[in-house]
Amino acid sequence: MDLTLKIWRQENAQAKGEFKNYQVKGVSKDSSFLEMLDVLNESLVDKIESPVCFDHDCREGICGMCSLYINGRPHGPDDAITTCQLHMRKFKNGETITVEPWRAKPFPVIKDLVVDRSALDEIIQSGGYTSASTGGVPDANAILISKYDSDLAMDAASCIGCGACVAACKNASAMLFVSAKVSQFALLPQGQVEKERRVQKMVAKMDELGFGNCTNTYACEMECPKEISVSNIARMNREFLGAKLFSRETV
Amino acid sequence: MIKQITFSSITKKVIMSLAGLFLIVFLLVHLGINLFLLPLTENHREIFELAANFMATNPLIKIMEIFLFGGFIIHIIYGIVVQLQNWASRGNIGYKSGNKTKASLSSRYMIYTGILVLLFLAMHIYQFYFIKLGLNSSVFMDEHGHPLFYDIAINLFTTQPAYSILYIVLFVFLGFHLNHAFQSAFQTLGWEHPKYTPCIKTLGLVYAIVVPLGFIIIPLYFLIMK
Repeated sequence: MDLTLKIWRQENAQAKGEFKNYQVKGVSKDSSFLEMLDVLNESLVDKIESPVCFDHDCREGICGMCSLYINGRPHGPDDAITTCQLHMRKFKNGETITVEPWRAKPFPVIKDLVVDRSALDEIIQSGGYTSASTGGVPDANAILISKYDSDLAMDAASCIGCGACVAACKNASAMLFVSAKVSQFALLPQGQVEKERRVQKMVAKMDELGFGNCTNTYACEMECPKEISVSNIARMNREFLGAKLFSRETV
Repeated sequence: MIKQITFSSITKKVIMSLAGLFLIVFLLVHLGINLFLLPLTENHREIFELAANFMATNPLIKIMEIFLFGGFIIHIIYGIVVQLQNWASRGNIGYKSGNKTKASLSSRYMIYTGILVLLFLAMHIYQFYFIKLGLNSSVFMDEHGHPLFYDIAINLFTTQPAYSILYIVLFVFLGFHLNHAFQSAFQTLGWEHPKYTPCIKTLGLVYAIVVPLGFIIIPLYFLIMK
């Protein structure tokens, strides 16, 4: 496959970026999108040009490190996958592919296509945990959990924190991410102790960092590589309202 | 910004959705009365005037009127505040390749359909409510100086086809607004359930089609009958 790539290049956070066009020839349709970028970068290095910076790690679709806004969609033109799992057979020979970084005020560009997503980590630090208890190993059946609830909690916990929900949302809202991280605990008995503090702190942090307000377009759910359901957002809204209205503890 | 409008993102949306649901109920009542502009029964004019009179004089309705205006103002102010924050959240540079995610059209253009409905509301208040307040005048007044809303409405629909067409077009946009609004309000309030959410979505769609259509039929009838 021969392709034209229109890639956002930006030297650093302060620099003014711009799109640059690159031609890549002889790309295998069976290669992944990131492998195609590797081919481009090798050719750039050969020409002693600066390679295109992009985030990646496991390349198995489980780490949440890769990003890229490809032809108007986070993680490109396929459903329920990360960019590393996107294959070139999803594109046509001779196509022009536009590649942009995630765009959100809380995700500043570090270089080229790499953005700083530590805002998501800050939300987790604000309350997305259960305080560890010490002592002996508890019996596996000491706390009973229904299969239904454990499955829902596991589905919520499958969020890899890639930020595609923020990138897809017209409001750059992080509600799907935060709601998944709230739900994975709210659904389990172990998460009950801190649930009121947790949801209030995480929502406050999300707002403080400058993520947008949710307007229920559900673009997040459509682009989530892990197909996290927006029912988690409704759950978080319930948890948040309940905590705001009835919690006696000031957070 | 004053403290009242710097609530958390979820609280703002909850206030907006409650105000919106209230307006949805109001719209149904309004339609119920408006339909009697049509010759549904022989005494449709009497029924319309009786209802209009009840709405203008009943003390309970007078109290509800305050809530209604409050509902509109809260919904509009929060709608604008939320939208401004949302535009700012994208940052200085937007996407060159646009947004190709297949989110529903009505959900993506809520602010624009909302603004169109707001323009209609302003026009509507000027044409009807202002007459009641004495801020706008009309030739259709009874001997006590009370406005004859039946005649004012019929006169608008029968003598100004441009107004009728604008009315019809704006109600189509209201339909798009309502289509997203109805189910979105329930989601924001956290009233989501695998059994009931599909029903709410269907009900919202039916409401968004039937209610604007009910309003549209009235000028349409006068346009055709002319």
